Amino acid sequence: MPQVAMTVNGKPARGEVEGRTLLSSFLRDNLGLTGTHVGCDTSQCGACVVHVDGKDVKACTMFALEAEGAQVDTIEGQAGADGSLNVIQQAFQDHHGLQCGFCTPGMVMTAAALLKETPKPSEAEIRDYLEGNICRCTGYHNIVKAILAASGQDAGAIAAE
Amino acid sequence: MPKDSGIGASPKRREDVRFLTGTGNYTDDINLRGQAYVHFLRSDVAHGRINGVNTDAAEGMPGVVRIFTGADFEGVGGLPCGWQVTDRHGEVMQEPAHPVLAQGKVRHVGDPIAAVVAETYEQARDAAEAIEVDIEDLPAVIDMKAALKDGAPKVHDDLTSNLCYDWGFVEENREAVDEAIRNAAHVTTLELVNQRLVANPMEPRVAVGDYSRANDESTLYTTSQNPHVIRLLMGAFVLGIPEHKLRVVAPDVGGGFGSKIFHYAEEAFCTFAARQLNRPVKWTSSRSEAFLSDAQGRDHVTKIELALDGDNNFVALRTDTHANMGAYLSTFSTSVPTWLHGVLMAGNYKTPLIYVNVKAVFTNTVPVDAYRGAGRPEATFQLERVIDKAARELGVDPIALRRQNFITEFPYATPVAVEYDTGDYVATMDKLEEIADLSGFAARRAESEKRGKLRGLGVNCYIEACGIAPSALVGQLGARAGLYDAATVRVNATGSISVMVGAHSHGQGHETAFPQVVAEMLGIDESMVDIVHGDSSRIPFGMGTYGSRSLAVCGSAMVRATEKIINKSKKIAAHLMEASEADIELKDGQFTVAGTDKSVAWGDVTLAAYVPHNYPLEEIEPGLEETAFYDPANFTYPAGAYACEVEVDPETGKVTIERFAAADDFGNVVNPMIVDGQVHGGLAQGIGQALLEGCVYDADGQLLSASYMDYAMPRADDLPFYSVDHSCQTPCTHNPLGVKGCGEAGAIGSPPSVVNAVVDALQSGGHKVDHVDMPLTPSRVWAAMQG
Repeated sequence: MPQVAMTVNGKPARGEVEGRTLLSSFLRDNLGLTGTHVGCDTSQCGACVVHVDGKDVKACTMFALEAEGAQVDTIEGQAGADGSLNVIQQAFQDHHGLQCGFCTPGMVMTAAALLKETPKPSEAEIRDYLEGNICRCTGYHNIVKAILAASGQDAGAIAAE
Repeated sequence: MPKDSGIGASPKRREDVRFLTGTGNYTDDINLRGQAYVHFLRSDVAHGRINGVNTDAAEGMPGVVRIFTGADFEGVGGLPCGWQVTDRHGEVMQEPAHPVLAQGKVRHVGDPIAAVVAETYEQARDAAEAIEVDIEDLPAVIDMKAALKDGAPKVHDDLTSNLCYDWGFVEENREAVDEAIRNAAHVTTLELVNQRLVANPMEPRVAVGDYSRANDESTLYTTSQNPHVIRLLMGAFVLGIPEHKLRVVAPDVGGGFGSKIFHYAEEAFCTFAARQLNRPVKWTSSRSEAFLSDAQGRDHVTKIELALDGDNNFVALRTDTHANMGAYLSTFSTSVPTWLHGVLMAGNYKTPLIYVNVKAVFTNTVPVDAYRGAGRPEATFQLERVIDKAARELGVDPIALRRQNFITEFPYATPVAVEYDTGDYVATMDKLEEIADLSGFAARRAESEKRGKLRGLGVNCYIEACGIAPSALVGQLGARAGLYDAATVRVNATGSISVMVGAHSHGQGHETAFPQVVAEMLGIDESMVDIVHGDSSRIPFGMGTYGSRSLAVCGSAMVRATEKIINKSKKIAAHLMEASEADIELKDGQFTVAGTDKSVAWGDVTLAAYVPHNYPLEEIEPGLEETAFYDPANFTYPAGAYACEVEVDPETGKVTIERFAAADDFGNVVNPMIVDGQVHGGLAQGIGQALLEGCVYDADGQLLSASYMDYAMPRADDLPFYSVDHSCQTPCTHNPLGVKGCGEAGAIGSPPSVVNAVVDALQSGGHKVDHVDMPLTPSRVWAAMQG
């Protein structure tokens, strides 16, 4: 089987994969990084969003071999070395932006990509950007609030408008 | 000033940290040494006779361990139905066999025919493609009314027809209801469809079976809302494994919404195969497979008639429903259209005469069972739609018509068998009018009209029966299980506590909310209390989480066990302080003697229990651990009033939700933040049903909406911020916390207000539309506008 090598959360990672092995499978099965979740098989749900070379990508849409040499960041690499949550993770906890937690890794990674692109997004921009991430628990209310808060905006006031 | 701990506070959820850092432990994250993988070969036709399954070529494929077919399950039990319904003639329902792998016939697309166990998942899938299945196509029955016609193809050859049961409730009222409707001043009739939905928790189902031959012990890791129920059903009815040799673990579970209550074939298969092969066997559902194998929800077709007198008082209600069971009876399928639907038809109103008829029908479709709300959304939708239609026919305000007919005195015995212990429907409607700013609607409509949009307002009430349920009562009604729950409070020597609960948390935040209760009762810090759940070997027993029952039933068991702890610890404290037990008070984690300055701390007492050097050993045992089982005296009855404002684009029929407000009465609330979140999620599912979601089967029984490309899940840009309020609180009168349950309310209460709002919008534009069936897609709304 072919070998693949990439950098995952700042550390070198390699493994043997089949040509058909998806990046999501490589992360979960070869590397044991089970924080990246797989919620569908049509690249619709977004539970598997990771960053590849700084861009948000659904890890089920890429073959592992396509990530050869890439910098891949997953949910496991988001908190500080001491375990402290990053600004987005903290905002999700503060605003109850997760319930069952299954879509959460993809939501956090997608939110990070959005805020990199648009540091102060409007409610509409957030909802639009989350089009590819499905959550069945929260009704999105508190996810949108969390992202508003993570961008330094007054989420409570915006939600009450 | 809001509390910062205990009952009524909103501490941050402690489960969040693991979910936010990718360190949760979902079933698919579990990999056991030596595990094999199973792929199920599923039927691609809705109905057919299996003439042969040739696995010869597949057996020789790389990595194949063994291939199982229906023949391997002869002599093994089938999947049981947990509720036997008795029909209106006193006959028990027709109950077909439900084999783990199909035997003789396939009855829906997705019915498992063979299971390939291989060294890798890919090898199992590859080998499944080499299995030759000889299936003779049979005509499929998809439509319920067609399935009941004489000569219709039978889903189960050994049954007399496709009718599971013909249920009438209350049968003795039937003629009186007919007569009241005949003589009424006004009768409003509505025919409607409550379409079939798919629960779609974001985590697909997973099962990992494990077996220890040395100890003859089986373990199943599974995505379940109720591991003990799975142990009971699978052990007793399917595989014949006694409880002490069968452990069921449901670790972190990524949402359930009902679909993970039931015992599924894949769970039994993995447990069975692990024993046969003496190695772990793992199955992970794909989303496509989930659409064909998870029990689906709703699927009722109803005619409802509401009779009113000359003063617009409701005098009688009659409903006639066909409820789709699908091809087999899923675990609680039969209870949903009957005891979770018919008994709620009074709603919030004092209608004196009610008759409900339900015909449950077998079809060649995926089995149908409970989905968030389970029967109550169907009841609420019919009732609140027909009331709205009646108001429009009579030219009266829909809110005023509801208010006029509200039940206002409690307890209230409905004509459909249940007794509401408490409620205040006027208060929730008043609160709704305030938070929805209904007085500002006219101005908002004018503004929408200026932009060429039609704006509509829809309001509805709901009531539900939660906290299922008094075991003796449900036993009379056909339940094959008790519906109590259990908790053990284990106090450790240093005063920290583990609470083992039978409820299962898969998004509801029990790990945060349950300790708030115990900590408040004992006056200690919440961080000293942890919840253990989801493992049949670690908790005493439990019937699990569904029907908004966790806090009302299991929470009550936890309170009772904690009360036992308090009683025993007071005895110990009395001994330590040489005082009378009757004089001991516990406050803020300190035991004091009334009228003195004597005190001992919580930790001193717990330490004495485990280091009993100075201890009343003649009177009480050392240690501090108590268990309670709690069987509720009645259902709980959360209720509320919801308002939706929509805009309809008259050019395209596109509906947008502009505002949504929910005023709920959940009784007492332990964690308002979590309760808000539960309502938000329920609203999204209800709005999803109203506008977006729906299963589509073609005439041959192919599920056309079997992926997220085809089944319209609500997304962030389909939904608004919601305005929710639960400050109206009439505490439940019969459980110790006074709580009612909040998990299903949003999904139950929201669909009618959306449809009522769209009808209101269309009528405001001069369209003579009095109903549109869900989902209100642009094409349906546009077609309705064209007449």
